Amino acid sequence: RDTQQADTEHLSRWKKWRRSSSKSWKKALSEVKGLSSYLVLWQRDIHSIEGKFGTGIQSYFSFLRFLVVLNFLIFILMFSFVTLPFVISKYGIFNSTIAYISPKNIEDKCTIYEPSGNKGLVYFYTYLKDLFSGTGFLEVTSLFYGYYTVDAVWIGIMRYNLPLAYLLATFAYLAISFLWIIKRSVNGFTQNLVHDADPFQSYCNKVFAGWDFCITDPNAAWLKQRSLQYELQTDLQEEKLKQKIAERTMKEKLRIYSLRMFINIIVIAILSGCFYSIYRVTVFSQENSSDSDNANSLVNLLVQYLPSMVITLANFIAPLIFSFLIRFEEYIPAFEIRLTLMRCVFVRLANIGVLLFSLWSQISDCGADKCKPCGYNYKLYPCWESDVGQEMYKLMIFDFIVILAVPLFVDFPRKMLATHCSCKLIQWFGQQEFGISDNVLEIIYGQTICWIGTFFSPLLPAIATIKYFVIFYVKKIILTHTCKPAARPIRASGSNFFFLVVLLIGLILAFVPLGVSIARIPSSKACGPFRNFNTSWEVVPDTILEFPTVLQQILFGMASEAFAVPFFMIICIVMFYFIALARAHKRVVEQLREQLVLESRDKMFLIRKITEAQR
Amino acid sequence: GAMGGSASLIPRDLLAEYQELTFLSKQEILLAYKRFSELLPKEERESAYSARVPKSQILTLPELRANPFQHRICHVFSTSETRDDSMSFEDFLDMLSVFSDSATSDIKSHYAFCIFDFDDDGTLDRKDLEQLVNCLTGQGEESRLSSAEMEQLIQNILEESDIDKDGTINLPEFQLVVSRSPDFASSFKIVL
Repeated sequence: RDTQQADTEHLSRWKKWRRSSSKSWKKALSEVKGLSSYLVLWQRDIHSIEGKFGTGIQSYFSFLRFLVVLNFLIFILMFSFVTLPFVISKYGIFNSTIAYISPKNIEDKCTIYEPSGNKGLVYFYTYLKDLFSGTGFLEVTSLFYGYYTVDAVWIGIMRYNLPLAYLLATFAYLAISFLWIIKRSVNGFTQNLVHDADPFQSYCNKVFAGWDFCITDPNAAWLKQRSLQYELQTDLQEEKLKQKIAERTMKEKLRIYSLRMFINIIVIAILSGCFYSIYRVTVFSQENSSDSDNANSLVNLLVQYLPSMVITLANFIAPLIFSFLIRFEEYIPAFEIRLTLMRCVFVRLANIGVLLFSLWSQISDCGADKCKPCGYNYKLYPCWESDVGQEMYKLMIFDFIVILAVPLFVDFPRKMLATHCSCKLIQWFGQQEFGISDNVLEIIYGQTICWIGTFFSPLLPAIATIKYFVIFYVKKIILTHTCKPAARPIRASGSNFFFLVVLLIGLILAFVPLGVSIARIPSSKACGPFRNFNTSWEVVPDTILEFPTVLQQILFGMASEAFAVPFFMIICIVMFYFIALARAHKRVVEQLREQLVLESRDKMFLIRKITEAQR
Repeated sequence: GAMGGSASLIPRDLLAEYQELTFLSKQEILLAYKRFSELLPKEERESAYSARVPKSQILTLPELRANPFQHRICHVFSTSETRDDSMSFEDFLDMLSVFSDSATSDIKSHYAFCIFDFDDDGTLDRKDLEQLVNCLTGQGEESRLSSAEMEQLIQNILEESDIDKDGTINLPEFQLVVSRSPDFASSFKIVL
């Protein structure tokens, strides 16, 4: 009290006022935050998960929430700009009509497209089958590309260019996703950049400032203790491992590098095996499902789902093999985790790419004059965009079924066995932990499918929104009822940034198939809004040609080399500037750290002098 | 409502004095009074500011209940002559003041040093550090670090903070290390 008395006497009135005003401002902010928590979706659920299971698992659920909102936004975008005008004009509301322009210079053969809309009496189970495979009655609904066979929509006297709107809406949703992900990852990026270098006095910081005195919940306290224990142990282990690595002899280094190369070759071999099997299965499925002999049988449905099943199997087996192999490569633990994750990510995303590639090789299979008049294999695929859309739809449905079925048939029985049966083997198997990275990769895989598929199936984001909504509750139930808390708590900030980076990779990977479909493969002449154009992209230059000449010249100028090359050079210069700035900042941080060390040495010197002088 | 009621239980001049001597605002002092009097049995609530609360009651507060340093905190802030770690209202205010948002980092680091000094000898030696780490990681058998890990950890801590290389951390060294720690101010905080 005496010291405090002395202290507060020294404070002037001004400083006291400043302190009290900053306190009341902080209180007001926390009130606002408390109110807004009622408005945000699932805020209380995620908060309770954080309290019980830690921030690592909480970051998974807030990532899921982000995807639900993103998908809902994409759905609203596509619905209001593509589906709504078309449906309005179909039913003649607001004095609207559809304009069909008859296709010019196109042979009749290309325009024959008769989807079996299942008219007449059919068995009930064909509806079920159609629901799962996207064919039959579903094929002619607004779910797929083929429904939008229209060239323009007249609402009153305004002409609404639906093909252009379709294409621009596609670009818009890709751009929105891209920008939003980057905005969210910027925070994590700056943190990573600063903390990357060897932290100064990390042990003292963890031990003296490690305990958060605000924790009131005993469970949260227990979690914090576990995470502190884990952090300290991993830091100590990494330090020992780094010492060991530094002391490696040349012979050992050679051995480890050759072992790593060997294991990487095995990994590549496994990947090639996966890709080849997916290719073969897709070709097989495409060839045999268009065989209408047994069109109504269960076998046919299974054949149609064969690519999805093979992909899911590959996505399940490959990570197991990778996490087994990585132990032999002797990296530091943090790098091990990252490398396994990168390999798993690559497998999952590349599988989708291989599926699409095999679909295209079928569609553009131009041997023996199969695609002479139309540019694509018109006999098998009169409306190939709808077919691709159906494949994406099937992938999404199957993914959803698997995510629902695994807890039902694997997690809950396992928990039952673990609690009721005391057999040694089952206890060793044990209750599972909530594998964050596996779950995150699962939903990133689903999201990539959604991004690619939305161009071919405009209502797919609605299905994705519902899917993620249901998954949130399913995962929450699994978490609270079957999982034991992780033995190794994970830091949230690092993993959050990593998830967003992988999501960004998925998005960029989605650009490639979409770019090829839009710009290179001729659009189908029998269905869809791009009947009158060679490729889907052509609607843009066509529209520009209708602009006033000045605008045309500007836009064409921007697309020419005379503009692109200097623009590219300027962007490179700006990028180099920022890289140099970042490096300079890092150097300043290093210098300040060295200064701190020198300061402590000065203090040591002074203390020694003082003790000497006292003697 | 309740605030107005308890305001009349603390004499106004005492309230002003508390505001002067601690880092707490009037609201916080009144809230502290309310929480403190709830720990007392009903008969003693009238004169709460002169009563002493036994340690077992203090430890039922949610803010201290889950804290591994609860015993040390009671010990450091208690001014009881009988050394039973009971706290009066003024001790309680003292504690809240040190842990409040507006306390200076000098005060916080001074009291943190007292809390971490388990054997009360004025320096943090190896034994103190060992007990400190065990508090942080948990009391169970499987949550303690192994003795080799503990050795390595204490070695690293002393390397980073022991300037005069005498094997212990005294108050100035501790304050220097903590002043460079970015997380200390935000973690050494209790808000009612």
